[in-house]
Amino acid sequence: MFMFEKAVVGGRRYWTWLLVLLGVIGLGLVSYLWQFRTGLGITGLSRDVTWGLYIAQFTFLVGVAASAVMVVLPYYLHDWKAFGKITILGEFLAMSAVSMCMLFVFVDMGQPTRVLNVLLYPTPNSMMFWDFVSLGGYLLLNAVIALVTLSAEKKTVAPPGWIKPVILLSIPWAVSIHTVTAFLYNGLPGRSFWLTAILAPRFLASAFAAGPALLILLCMIIRRLTKFDPGAEPIQKLALIVTYAMIINVFFVAMEFFTVFYSGIPEHIHHFAYLFVGLEGHASLVPWMWTSMLLALVSLPLLIVPKWRKDEKVLAATCAMVFLSLWIDKGIGLIVGGFVPSPLGAVTEYAPTLPEISITLAIWAVGFFLITVFYKITLSVRESLAG
Amino acid sequence: MSLTRTGFVRLLAAPLAALAGRLRAALTARRWAMVIDARKCLKDQGCVKCIEACHRAHNVPDFSESGRQVKWIWKEPFERAFPSQESAYTPEALQGKPVLVFCNHCDNPPCVRVCPTQATWKREDGLVMMDWHRCIGCRYCVAACPYGSRSFNWLDPRPHIRRLNPDFPTRTKGVVEKCTFCDERLAKGQMPACVESCPEKALVFGDLEAPGSAVRELIRSRYTIRRKPELGTKPEIFYIV
Amino acid sequence: MRDRGLILTGLLVFLAGITFPIWYDLAGGKTSRAPDLKRSAQEKVCVAPLSYMRTSHMALLVDWRDQVVRRNVRSFRSFDGKTYTMSLTGTCLKCHDSKADFCDRCHNYAGVRTPYCWDCHVDPKLIQGRTP
Repeated sequence: MFMFEKAVVGGRRYWTWLLVLLGVIGLGLVSYLWQFRTGLGITGLSRDVTWGLYIAQFTFLVGVAASAVMVVLPYYLHDWKAFGKITILGEFLAMSAVSMCMLFVFVDMGQPTRVLNVLLYPTPNSMMFWDFVSLGGYLLLNAVIALVTLSAEKKTVAPPGWIKPVILLSIPWAVSIHTVTAFLYNGLPGRSFWLTAILAPRFLASAFAAGPALLILLCMIIRRLTKFDPGAEPIQKLALIVTYAMIINVFFVAMEFFTVFYSGIPEHIHHFAYLFVGLEGHASLVPWMWTSMLLALVSLPLLIVPKWRKDEKVLAATCAMVFLSLWIDKGIGLIVGGFVPSPLGAVTEYAPTLPEISITLAIWAVGFFLITVFYKITLSVRESLAG
Repeated sequence: MSLTRTGFVRLLAAPLAALAGRLRAALTARRWAMVIDARKCLKDQGCVKCIEACHRAHNVPDFSESGRQVKWIWKEPFERAFPSQESAYTPEALQGKPVLVFCNHCDNPPCVRVCPTQATWKREDGLVMMDWHRCIGCRYCVAACPYGSRSFNWLDPRPHIRRLNPDFPTRTKGVVEKCTFCDERLAKGQMPACVESCPEKALVFGDLEAPGSAVRELIRSRYTIRRKPELGTKPEIFYIV
Repeated sequence: MRDRGLILTGLLVFLAGITFPIWYDLAGGKTSRAPDLKRSAQEKVCVAPLSYMRTSHMALLVDWRDQVVRRNVRSFRSFDGKTYTMSLTGTCLKCHDSKADFCDRCHNYAGVRTPYCWDCHVDPKLIQGRTP
């Protein structure tokens, strides 16, 4: 039923790739066992910076997961036939990303064996409760949708009618998962860096740029490695989405800068100052933030100018730039920036430790493992149909 | 007839027993609050008796050398405790001077609002409580607290407890902790450890909603400030500065 | 059946291996004895009947925990009318003063780890060896 048999048949490259990923996962698992035994003290976190690399990855990947809506919406609501073959790729990307999100939250918890307390003692006033529920629901939704549509494709029949409302539900649900994640941050009165109404729109804009950018890269990789060619048109349409989303995202960031610096409120300025010029001699994130800015600004003309957007070699580089820029901005910049300075004005820097990085890489490897298996199943089904 | 020792003790027995019964009864209030007279506290700036009393009574571990301190009560320079009061013209008596800070047991606590498991909640009498059995260590409450009052146990605290008090549990790694207004002492009819230990009686603890209570009188008669009241958290620690 | 010898040998090895825990303990003389609990020297009756405590002391402890921590109720009226303060270290361990001679005896025998209670709750015997 799940067509797993397609995943256990593969060439040398496939198995080598999976083995490499398993190796990374294994290393991370060892690090995690150490963290489970000793405590989160083996990370670079501190009393002032209590969320770091793990939650940064979680925040960024919720965006990537939500971006599946950018292929589902045009196809199912507006009949963009070009996306017909890649909606499932978007849904599988969403599933892999959500799984990574859940893993990142799990490894960040001080008492992970008690994680079910969130469901045993539901707390509707807590945004974290809703985040838990919405992410779980989104994973389930996408799993059902992907399974049903792929099974139907395999049997060369149209999917059953009842799947249509489920797919339509996934559209607002995708928006909601990332809005709820933004709500985790922008409802906290003591964290002036996050206390902005534009946080949720910023999250969505950056998600809709980063996610499709990754999807474009994945399509290009698939085209190189398998017989499946999504075609130039879906990639170009995705590129157009990335373009507009990136423009809006950069605009939103500019809005933040204006509000903060024109109003002149020290508590708000200090976070931006720490990130972009350093504060009280502490400036470890400054090169990261400027790299992110530079990548974003360079990517804009490369996206906007049709000649460059249509050149797939340039587009590939641009998508990588967009992804990296937003990964830095939304991950490291947003999370760590919110904690520095502390509510008492102290500047404590954060840098992840090696075990922390190893666990992070392992979870990314899990995500890549999942998406490799999912795509292998999908493309094997398509290849066998093509005969 | 002369009063023997036994006779004397028998005379006192009944009233003493009644007194003992009264003392053992819990302290209750409608809204617990604290007034800190910063001027009295500043008489001996090096004094840390309240901090020691609290941390000793509650087995708070000593991680002071790292950036991972666990502290329920500590001192911050005036400008850090009250950033909105910062000015170049702060009176010398206060400029840079240490001020006691700890959990404000807010009336509208953002930490309670965000906790996904109700491991922290607001009790009817005003205490913001901690349930260390339920805490999953997500540190959302730490992010939510505008005062930095909460500490997370990054490592096993037991090896770092200087002197273990057997009458109170320790915590374990992976949970968040903070001042609980000594709810276990209140239940036994005792004042919080910090209040009792202060030689200057700078900490006054009482029922804000009891007319004529010490805290009420102090707030009525003296000008007091609170930390970041503009955030709507309604902190219940009042400072006479 | 050419491989009869091999199969039977394999089966015997398997049976020996799978029953190893049983005959190892029997040989060590460990299974014949029930755990030898050192009961309290002070009180003869616990806060609940012995039969209940044997089967459900964890349920009682969880109830005590919720009452004290979440409802600020600290007084417990036992089945025989006595009043106790609900406290693991303060009440339970006051009588059962040696966790090692009481709790651990059964828990080790049954192989049921005492839950994480003792990560936080203090066993007073622990601090006797510590220098102040």
